[in-house]
Amino acid sequence: MSEATMTADGKTQDGQLEFLVKGDHHPQNGTLLGFWLYLMSDCLIFAALFATYGVLARSYAGGPTGMEVFDLTLVAINTSMLLLSSITYGFAMLEMQANRLKGTLIWLGITGLLGAGFLAVELYEFYHLIHIGATPQTSGFLTAFFALVGTHGLHVLFGIVWLVTLLFQLKKHGLIPANKRRVFCLSMFWHFLDVVWVGVFTFVYLMGVLP
Amino acid sequence: MFENLDLTKLIFGRLTWDAIPFHDPIILATFAVVAVGGVAMLAALTRYKLWGYLWTEWFTSIDHKKIGIMYIILGLVMLLRGFADAIMMRLQQAMAFGDNMGYLPPDHYDQIFTAHGVIMIFFVAMPLVTGIMNYLIPLQIGTRDVAFPFLNNFSFWMTAGGAALMMMSLFVGEFAKTGWLAYPPLSGILQSPGVGVDYYIWSLQIAGVGTLLSGINLLVTIVKMRAPGMSLMKMPVFTWTSLCTNVLIVAAFPVLTAVLGMLTMDRYLGTAFFTNDMGGNAMMYVNLIWIWGHPEVYILILPVFGIFSEIVATYSRKPLFGYTSMVYATVVITVLSYLVWLHHFFTMGSGASVNSFFGITTMIISIPTGAKIFNWLFTMFRGRIKFDVPMLWTVGFMVTFVIGGMTGVLLAVPPVDFVLHNSLFLIAHFHNVIIGGVLFGLFAGITYWFPKATGYKLDEFWGKMSFWFWLIGFYFAFMPLYVLGLMGVTRRVSHFEDQSLQIWFQIAAFGAVLIAVGIAAFVIQLVVSFKRREALKDETGDPWDGRTLEWSTSSPPPPYNFAFTPRVHDLDAWWQMKQHGFKRPESGFIPIHMPKGTWAGVVLSAISVACGFALIWHMWLAAAVTFVALIGTAIYHTFNYDRDYYIPAEEVERIEAERTKVLANV
Repeated sequence: MSEATMTADGKTQDGQLEFLVKGDHHPQNGTLLGFWLYLMSDCLIFAALFATYGVLARSYAGGPTGMEVFDLTLVAINTSMLLLSSITYGFAMLEMQANRLKGTLIWLGITGLLGAGFLAVELYEFYHLIHIGATPQTSGFLTAFFALVGTHGLHVLFGIVWLVTLLFQLKKHGLIPANKRRVFCLSMFWHFLDVVWVGVFTFVYLMGVLP
Repeated sequence: MFENLDLTKLIFGRLTWDAIPFHDPIILATFAVVAVGGVAMLAALTRYKLWGYLWTEWFTSIDHKKIGIMYIILGLVMLLRGFADAIMMRLQQAMAFGDNMGYLPPDHYDQIFTAHGVIMIFFVAMPLVTGIMNYLIPLQIGTRDVAFPFLNNFSFWMTAGGAALMMMSLFVGEFAKTGWLAYPPLSGILQSPGVGVDYYIWSLQIAGVGTLLSGINLLVTIVKMRAPGMSLMKMPVFTWTSLCTNVLIVAAFPVLTAVLGMLTMDRYLGTAFFTNDMGGNAMMYVNLIWIWGHPEVYILILPVFGIFSEIVATYSRKPLFGYTSMVYATVVITVLSYLVWLHHFFTMGSGASVNSFFGITTMIISIPTGAKIFNWLFTMFRGRIKFDVPMLWTVGFMVTFVIGGMTGVLLAVPPVDFVLHNSLFLIAHFHNVIIGGVLFGLFAGITYWFPKATGYKLDEFWGKMSFWFWLIGFYFAFMPLYVLGLMGVTRRVSHFEDQSLQIWFQIAAFGAVLIAVGIAAFVIQLVVSFKRREALKDETGDPWDGRTLEWSTSSPPPPYNFAFTPRVHDLDAWWQMKQHGFKRPESGFIPIHMPKGTWAGVVLSAISVACGFALIWHMWLAAAVTFVALIGTAIYHTFNYDRDYYIPAEEVERIEAERTKVLANV
């Protein structure tokens, strides 16, 4: 009994129920769904950190407030770099769809550099804060701030490590389906970090400088 | 800056010879027994040249069936440890009245109740539940493996790694003395400066990675890999409850990861999340951990509801009553489980309106649960019930769980909770639902599916012994705690002054002894069944005249589960196949695409455990090295693209022909 002689409801032509799939049967690939679920679980880690920040945002314990320590210019540079990196990742995806390995590598490289720039600015910001005495140990507010922003930063770092690994793998194996899937997953990861950053930018920095 | 560098400190951190509890005869004796047993086992493995077999066939295997069995073995081994803690507590409380201080100092007693809770939830109930899900889901939905076979192996080893780290705390250092959820400020660095809480944190973080990944894995498996024709409402009930459980795992465990991460920062970096000073807020920890913790209890109970549903239908020889309502009840419980967390701390002082909200949602959640009980009763009603061992556990569950559920509804009333909060009434309540629900269900499930996994049934007599000792022992052990709780006795107390309470603790200790006999009977059952495996053999693959697809294949199933993917038309797919006189195909086999085993899971988990150990003892150098090794190994593993192979058609044909021969003799 081949697939062709079977009707859509799984019966043979003489109306008997067919209980087996004769021939090769491959279930759908679940990598993208699985990765998306992982991202949602990661999103919950951020949700917990945002909620914690919400609770502790005004617990200054005599230390500095957000208005006193946040430098919006720095954050603006930072934000634009990260948002731009999402666009360049999009270009990498377009190149990949067109099966152009070189273009994919170049745009991925640019994305990674923008990510590294973002991290550099963030590290400078942390260094500066610690230098002026606004350490994570100073108050509940700064604890929650460093934890939320730092966790995001660690994710970006992880994304860059992954990106570099992927560059090597693309060079080695080219745009094979397994690699395409990986580029796609990293793309979701990268955009996800962007979305989280929009939340951080609004919730922590913009609202933080309000009196 | 390097002149103050202390090399010993850099390498060994705060680990010194003082960490080994030479002064405690109980721990030393335990260590001696474990060491002797361990060496004997290793020697036996070497003597019979089993290392290679274990490594290739089990440790590196990505076969969901083998991983499931390894989870179950882990859970059963840890059950013995968790129960040893339990009986030590019962003994202490039965003795320690007035001048008699018992045999456990408070310091040790506190570690024991913490370890008991942590082990029973994270390293007994979770591995057993995950193991059964792992084994069964692909078989029930008619597929060949889970969606991410390597991840499955990795998840198991992370869980086992967490358990190993937790066990190390017994002999090297100490465990937390904080209770199983480690509330700050008690678990903060000021009140708990030792390594106990750090053992707690890192063993749970490592095991938590495994749990989360396994949740994602099984979720994708159920969503994407069901056999053709199996729409959502044609899924077996166990698969449905597993689906909901895995949704809960994915949606709850990240919060545990986050909150333990924050506690870690408070302890390691001196931050102010949960501290009393510097603007910290300890109640936030309690909120966050219960946002994970309440769904967690449903993560444990939902699959077990599924197990009971399968068993009731099979042994009543009827389709399950109210399948649709069962599915909806499960989904409603899944959603509601997120809206009740605050009932764990009504006394926090959130005010009447907040407490009322959570009190009411808690009462509402008993409605779908009650619907399930009625569904099982109606399935049994006018069925041809066979009281085999799994069915005994099921009936025992229905009686016991209802009692536990009702005391739960009592506790859901905030004013009542203000009186009974933190009392032994609460302890009796949750043991009533966890033992009477989760544990009974796991034993029922293990007994029910044992022939599927091994090819022979479990011995009936010892199964019944185990059941009756567990059931009666449970009532003796926990009913007195309800009484004591109503008299105002609080939990986690190692010594009492009021002699009139002693008799109740003695009854409870007697109950614990009965349970010990029940556990022993279970172990004997395994041994006896193994010895009598020829007599108990099942060659049909369908010893109970089952209804779902796992019974359509051989016992144990071949590596590929099904030579041809089943096509599903009805809810009880295998039952319908039998009704229609389904004939196994005996020719026309094709090569089958399968994933390859890998070392990566074992290695990554071992490095994680080493890293966790280094972090616990502040061995910063080792921590850095193992962390880098962990990342490096993970990256190295991603360079392996050669992850699958084909079982040739001839091999499939050979295996299936053997089965044809066996079936002809049945």
